[in-house]
Amino acid sequence: MIEKTVFELSVPGRKGVVLSECDVPSKSLEELLGAENLRDSLPMPELSELDTVRHFTSLSRNNYSIDTGFYPLGSCTMKYNPKMNEAIAKLPGFAGLHPLQSEETIQGALELIDHLERILTEIAGMHACSLQPAAGAHGELLGLMLIHAYHKTRGDEKREWVLIPDSAHGTNPASAARCGFKVKTVPTDSEGLTDVQALKRMLNDSVAAFMLTNPNTTGLFEKDIRTICNMVHEAGGLVYCDGANMNALLGIARPGDMGFDVMHFNLHKTFSTPHGGGGPGCGAVATIKELEPFLPAPRIECVGGQYRLNYDRPQSIGRIHSFYGAFLVAVRAYAYIRNLGADGLRHAAQMAVLNANYIRSKMREAYEIPHDRFCMHEVVLSASRQKKAHGVRALDISKRLMDYGYHPPTNYFPLIIPEALMIEPTETENKETLDAFCDALQRIAEEAEENPEVLFTAPHHTSIGRLNESVALKNLNVNWLKHAEEKKDA
Amino acid sequence: MSFAPHTEQDIRSMLVTIGVERVEDLFADIPEAIRLKHPLDIPEALDELSVTRHMLELSKKNQSIDTLTCFLGAGIYDHFSPSVVEAMVSRGEFLTSYTPYQPELSQGMLQALYEYQSLICGLTGMDMSNASMYDGSTAMAEAALTAIAATGRNTVLASSLVHPNYRDVLRTYLNSAGYNLLEIDSSSGVTDLDAIENRLDRNCACLILQSPNFFGQLEFIRQATELAHQKGALMIVVVDPISLALLKPPGDDDVDFVVGEGQSLGINISLGGPLLGIFACKMEHQRRFPGRIVGVAQDNEGRLGYTMTLRTREQDIRREKATSNICTNESLLAVAAAVYMTAMGRHGLRQVAESCVQKSHYAAEKLSELPGVTLPLKGRYFKEFVIRLPEHMPPRRLNEILLKEGILGGYDLGENYPEWKGCMLLCVTEKRSKKEIDHLVESVKLALEKER
Repeated sequence: MIEKTVFELSVPGRKGVVLSECDVPSKSLEELLGAENLRDSLPMPELSELDTVRHFTSLSRNNYSIDTGFYPLGSCTMKYNPKMNEAIAKLPGFAGLHPLQSEETIQGALELIDHLERILTEIAGMHACSLQPAAGAHGELLGLMLIHAYHKTRGDEKREWVLIPDSAHGTNPASAARCGFKVKTVPTDSEGLTDVQALKRMLNDSVAAFMLTNPNTTGLFEKDIRTICNMVHEAGGLVYCDGANMNALLGIARPGDMGFDVMHFNLHKTFSTPHGGGGPGCGAVATIKELEPFLPAPRIECVGGQYRLNYDRPQSIGRIHSFYGAFLVAVRAYAYIRNLGADGLRHAAQMAVLNANYIRSKMREAYEIPHDRFCMHEVVLSASRQKKAHGVRALDISKRLMDYGYHPPTNYFPLIIPEALMIEPTETENKETLDAFCDALQRIAEEAEENPEVLFTAPHHTSIGRLNESVALKNLNVNWLKHAEEKKDA
Repeated sequence: MSFAPHTEQDIRSMLVTIGVERVEDLFADIPEAIRLKHPLDIPEALDELSVTRHMLELSKKNQSIDTLTCFLGAGIYDHFSPSVVEAMVSRGEFLTSYTPYQPELSQGMLQALYEYQSLICGLTGMDMSNASMYDGSTAMAEAALTAIAATGRNTVLASSLVHPNYRDVLRTYLNSAGYNLLEIDSSSGVTDLDAIENRLDRNCACLILQSPNFFGQLEFIRQATELAHQKGALMIVVVDPISLALLKPPGDDDVDFVVGEGQSLGINISLGGPLLGIFACKMEHQRRFPGRIVGVAQDNEGRLGYTMTLRTREQDIRREKATSNICTNESLLAVAAAVYMTAMGRHGLRQVAESCVQKSHYAAEKLSELPGVTLPLKGRYFKEFVIRLPEHMPPRRLNEILLKEGILGGYDLGENYPEWKGCMLLCVTEKRSKKEIDHLVESVKLALEKER
């Protein structure tokens, strides 16, 4: 049953939060703003405060989350978000800072940003870091802008291509295009790894960069990464690391040591700041020394024990955020990293990999595993056997998992694996949860044989059935007010 | 400590299932040469109590608006956020969910975003709003790129009275993609319509104005939009959502894109991040706009529900042909804004906006009565205004003195606009009481007298 919207709950004349009367002498608004500038009506809802609370509480209860259940969404690292992070982010000395305050009054904030940048630089095995990007894709865009500036500064202007594997996240090619590059797709070999020979053939002096996710999106470590990076470098290109999968490598191996030149982290994934239903995030970018001059201004420096913002960066590509990035996301990530320390981060990576391999081992009878070898922090199953024999697709299995109380894995990604189900359990789930989830997947595989209809029509136990997006497209309704007006007119 | 729950027994039994002896064996694919041989060189682990103490210490090295009286705006605003906002977005069901790719499990977040979109449309008078961008600056840059794609033209024309940081971000985005940015200088504090007309040509994909602009002044949006449209350019307006509780919505003036910073809608100032990028447009851009949007759909039994829609524009489907690369956005802050707009409601939002107008005008009047202080601009303003200080009192010096009085003073306009040296941009929101404003005026007065 669909909940009423705030507009339908509205009653003319009802008040919510009421402020005290304005305590300065008032003049007429017409006089101050000009009658021609004033609006006639304001179509905002009118609810009591309690009605507001009940409405949004009710919506929240109709929303799946890590706090309420297992959320093995591949590539998204849905690990536990420590409550400590939230308490710390609410401290007035962080939440109540204006970005244009003088440097002397925000020394603690600048110190925190500086420390987090240093820590992320160490985890990356690189030279410098910027917290300005607001999300992973924003980090990719920044990384590509740095690469663009690097080649341009060297007078190497013909490098217009970015090479990207066919298994890559969609943001990679989209970011490259956003930055003005053209995109060529590098195939994946039969082992699920970058086809090194094909890459070699594609490299020449028109290639600006190769973008790679490592571990890649099939859940495997690119073991030839050193060779790959050397090849790209020899052709004069740079190598970008999509760090979405860094949870597998914390304290175990570093992109900088592998030969990558620039990478982004997703602080909302790897470092446990919450995902917030789709954001905010932070896509911190780490680089080698040669790219550091191009990082966005301002940069934070410490001179004589005083932190300051340095805008004097002649080679900088400029700003990419209104101010300094998602500071409160950085606060949470910093708190998490300080809590875990080096051993804790390494342990997190080890347990994440253990959990993924455990699921892989338990599922290999029931599902096809296209690349059945040690995986990293996620494992990609395929429903192609079920599809062939019973017409059951990855989507049907995903929807049926909801009936068993789980959020489905990422499906139909990576694109190179048919009927993909990409499972990332993360390190914070216990064995009982993993066992119960595997039992559900096992049971669904049996249902696919015995009673596929129950999968085709799933989910059955959610507040709403399987939604048809084509209906949404045909009668586009993305704005309640406009839709209500159109209904009235009709 | 890593929040990993396994006992040693769990690990042993899982390793048996996998068929290896040690956890390290699972990392066999990582070549020895690139394995990290030493522990990460980062500060030692601290338990929750110690982390919290450490963070509290760091936070105390800052001076926040909890103790300072804030008259600083310039893009980030100290508005009141009722407790209900934080209470709702702190709910774990919202906080710890992710992008609603599986609508059947995410109806709550989807509806909240649909309501956010509708509320933004109500405020701006536009047909459609997306579910958020990173911040006001990137929303503006994305609107410019959308206009470039829609018109096939390669130049963006923006007023120099658009927020300097927004123009910096726009420049960065346009530079790397190979497009041009032209700026219209303005000496009067309001963008000159003749200058707009002179600079607009057939290469201009769009015109960008901010209203109220960076100097706090209202621009002539209707006239500027007409000029842009006459030359086949699209119109982008950067707004302050709070001001739209009183001011005519840009949708009434036939504007093509409305963008802006949504932080004022109940969100912490938090050193300027995370923020909420507002992006609204006309229906005709429904195949081109960036970012996610939620629409109403039907399930297999004909029941109404919500889902992400117009998905074929997005990066996960269209890859390099996508209309933008944005994926993760600012959903939780969009929900915060929706709760704020609902909790304040029609009456509360007007009250906030009206208080801003009355109090800023009161403060401007009182400050201008001080010897040597003038108001150099003559246009209409909403909550921000410019004062010119006497030569012996540079804005920077005044701010130092005000800080000792517990006052966070205004923005030194000379930093970005050399011709406005000696001028300060002040902001007065509904949170400022008459007493606080009078204290500001008195403090400025004393400072001017003392340092004459």
